[in-house]
Amino acid sequence: MSETIAHHNEHRDDEASKLGMWLFIFTELLLFGGLFVTYAVYRHGHPQAFHLAAEQLDVVVGTINTVILLISSMTIAMSTTAIQKKDKRTTLLLIAITLVLALVFLVNKYFEWSAKIGHGIWPGSPLLEELGRGDTLFFGLYFFMTGLHAFHIIVGMVLLTVVFVRVQKEKLTFDNFQLLENGGLYWHLVDLIWIFLFPLFYLIT
Amino acid sequence: MSSNNTNHTGYKSYLEEDGGRKGIFKWILSTDHKRIGLLYLYAMMGWFIVGVVLGLLMKLELIAPGKTIMGPQAYNATFTVHGVIMIFLIVIPGLPAVFGNFMLPIQIGAKDVAFPRLNLFSWYIYVLGGILVIISLFGNGPPDTGWTFYAPYSFKTGTNMLPAALGAFVLGFSSILTGLNFIVTIHRMRAPGMTWFKMPLFPWSLYGTAWIQLLATPVIGITLLMVAGERILGIGFFDPAKGGDPLLYQHLFWIYSHPAVYIMILPAMGAISEIIPTFSKKTIFGYKAIVISTLAIAFVGYFVWGHHMYTSGMSGAALWAFSLLTFIVAIPSAIKVFNWISTMHQGSISTEIPFLWAASFIFIFMIGGLTGLVLGSLAVDVHLHDTAFVVAHFHFIVFGGVGFAFFGAMHYWFPKIFGRMFDKSWAKTGWITFSIGFVTLYGPMFYLGIMGMPRRYFDYLDEFHGPNIISTMGALVMIAGFLIILINLIKSARHGEKTTEMNPWGGTNLEWQIPTPPPLENFDEIPVIDKATYKYD
Repeated sequence: MSETIAHHNEHRDDEASKLGMWLFIFTELLLFGGLFVTYAVYRHGHPQAFHLAAEQLDVVVGTINTVILLISSMTIAMSTTAIQKKDKRTTLLLIAITLVLALVFLVNKYFEWSAKIGHGIWPGSPLLEELGRGDTLFFGLYFFMTGLHAFHIIVGMVLLTVVFVRVQKEKLTFDNFQLLENGGLYWHLVDLIWIFLFPLFYLIT
Repeated sequence: MSSNNTNHTGYKSYLEEDGGRKGIFKWILSTDHKRIGLLYLYAMMGWFIVGVVLGLLMKLELIAPGKTIMGPQAYNATFTVHGVIMIFLIVIPGLPAVFGNFMLPIQIGAKDVAFPRLNLFSWYIYVLGGILVIISLFGNGPPDTGWTFYAPYSFKTGTNMLPAALGAFVLGFSSILTGLNFIVTIHRMRAPGMTWFKMPLFPWSLYGTAWIQLLATPVIGITLLMVAGERILGIGFFDPAKGGDPLLYQHLFWIYSHPAVYIMILPAMGAISEIIPTFSKKTIFGYKAIVISTLAIAFVGYFVWGHHMYTSGMSGAALWAFSLLTFIVAIPSAIKVFNWISTMHQGSISTEIPFLWAASFIFIFMIGGLTGLVLGSLAVDVHLHDTAFVVAHFHFIVFGGVGFAFFGAMHYWFPKIFGRMFDKSWAKTGWITFSIGFVTLYGPMFYLGIMGMPRRYFDYLDEFHGPNIISTMGALVMIAGFLIILINLIKSARHGEKTTEMNPWGGTNLEWQIPTPPPLENFDEIPVIDKATYKYD
C-alpha cells in the first residue's frame, strides 16, 4: 500500500502488474480448460479410437518439442536473473535463445501438421469421416488444441520481442524489469499447457 | 454530453480537463476512468435504444395471433439480435463498465484504476465487439439462433451467425480485462486504512463480479471459438452426425452464461446497497452479511448451470444436485433483501428518486427471484420450460433487476457525474410510468407461460390473445416511461440546474467528500480511512 503512494507520481506498481499477469494466466488456463473438458468427455466416449489415433502421432517430434519448450522456459527464467545482475548482454542473449527455440518449435509443428494433412487428415477431411467418429473427434481436438497453443506461442514471441527491444533500449533495467518477468510468466504458461497437451495426445496410447 | 462547466471553487473538474485534446478526442483518447465510464454509458445508451426497438417490434408482432408485422424468419432474427445486444452489449458490461469505472477508484480512495490504458483498451474492444454484431446483420441476413447459439443449429443455419458469435467472443475479452483491472485496483489501491471490511458495498460487489468475469468468461470464449471451428472447418465437436455432442455445447455455454447472470445482478445489488442507507439515513444493516452473501453468490453461482438443461437430458442424480444448488443460491440473495428492508426499518426515509428506484428494485427483484425458484423445481420446470413464463422470469431479473438498479444508480450519482441536478418531477413521472408499464408488460407472460404459450414463436393460439394485448400495451407504456427518463436525463445533463454541492443526498462514502464534478485525479491527497463507512449520527 505504502509503495503505491510512494510511486503514485510515476504511476508504477510492479506488484500490481504481476498480479494482473497472474489473473490473466488464470483466464488462459480456463480457456484451455474448456477444451480439456471436451477432450475428457470424448475420450471417455471413444476410448478405443482415441487409443489407436494417438499412435498415429510422432512421439519423437513431440518429445523434441517438449524438450525445446522446457529449455526455452529455462532460458527466459535465466534472463530474469541476468537482468537483475545488470548483465544486459547475457539478458539479450537468453531472450534471443528463447525466441529461436520458439521458432524451432513452430517449424517442427509445421512439418508435423503438413505430414498429417499430406496423409489426408485435417479437420473435416473426407478421410476422417471414413475413419469414424472417434478419429474425427481426436484429430479435431488435436488440430484445434495444438493450433490454439501454437497461436499462444506466436503471441508469446511477439511479447518477448517487445521485451527484447526494450531491454536493448535500456527501458528495462535491473530495478525495472517487470515486463520481462511478466513475459517470462506468460512463456511458462505456454510451456505448461504444452506439458498437458503432450501426454494427452502423444503418450496416452 | 456536458459542455464546459465553470465553477468558482478554483479547481478544474474532469469535464474541463481535456488533456490538450479537441472535440471527440477529449473522450476517445482519455485514460481517465471517469471519462471511460461515460464512454461506456453513451455507447450502451445507443445500443439500448436499438434493443428496445427490437423488443417493441416483437411485442407488436404478438399483439394478435398470426402474422401481424413480420413472419417467422424475421421474428427469429429479431429475438436473436435483441438478445445478443441486450445481453452481451448492455447488461454484462452494465453497471461495472459505467458506474464501476466511474465510482470504484473514487470509493476506495484512488486516483484511477490500476491499469488506465488497459481500461481504455477494454472500451475499444467493446466497440469492436459491437461492430461485429452490426456486421452480422448483413450478408446472409441476421442470425436466427437465439442469443444462446445452441448447437447443432448454430452451425447449420444459413444466416450470418458467425460475426455475432465472434462479437460475443470479443466482448468477453473486454469483460475479462475490466474484471482483471478491477481486481488489481481493489487489491492494490485502496486508501490507507481502508481494510477489506471498511470497503463500501458497491466496490465489494464489483470485486465478486470481477472474479466471475475473469473465471467464467474464458469458457464461453473457447466454446464460441469451437462453434466457429465447426462452422468454418466442420470439425464436428458438437455435430451428432460426426460423433460430437450438442449437449456438451449446452453445458459449456451455461457454465459461463449462468454465472453471467450474477455478473449482471451483483453490481446491481451493490448499487442498491449504496442507495438504501443514504436515503434511510441509517447504517446499512448487516454489512458483513451482505459482503459474505455477495461472495457466496459469486461462488455457488458457478455450480447451478444445469438448471437451464432440466429437459435436455441429464442423469437423475445430476438433476437433483442442480436443483438443490439452485435453491441454495437463492439464500444469499434473500439475505440481501432482508438486509435492505432492515436498513429501512426505523430509518428516516426520504423518498427521493434514487430511493424510489431502489425500493421498486426490491419489489421487482423478489418477483423475479421467487419465480426463479419455481423454475428451479424439477417437476414444475418440465411444464414451464421454454414457455413465456421463462421469458417473464428472465426479464424480471435481468431487465427488472439490472435496469431498475441502473436507473437508480444513474439518478443517484447523476449530480456527482455531471455537476447538474435532474428535473425531479419529470424523473418521478418517468419512474412511475416505467414501473407500471414494466409490470403490465411482463406480468401477463407468467400467466401465458403457465397456460402453455411457448416462447420464441411469432404466432400463438387464439386463447392467448387477451393477455398478449395487455402485455403489448404494457410495452408501450414502459417505453413512454423510458423516453421520459431518457429525455429528462439528457436535457438535465446539458442544461440542468448547476450544482457544486459535494453531497446532495447526504451519503457517507468517499465520492461525496470530493468536489462536484470530481477533479481529474479525484483526490489532491489520498484520504486516510479511520472509520467504517455508512455511519450516520
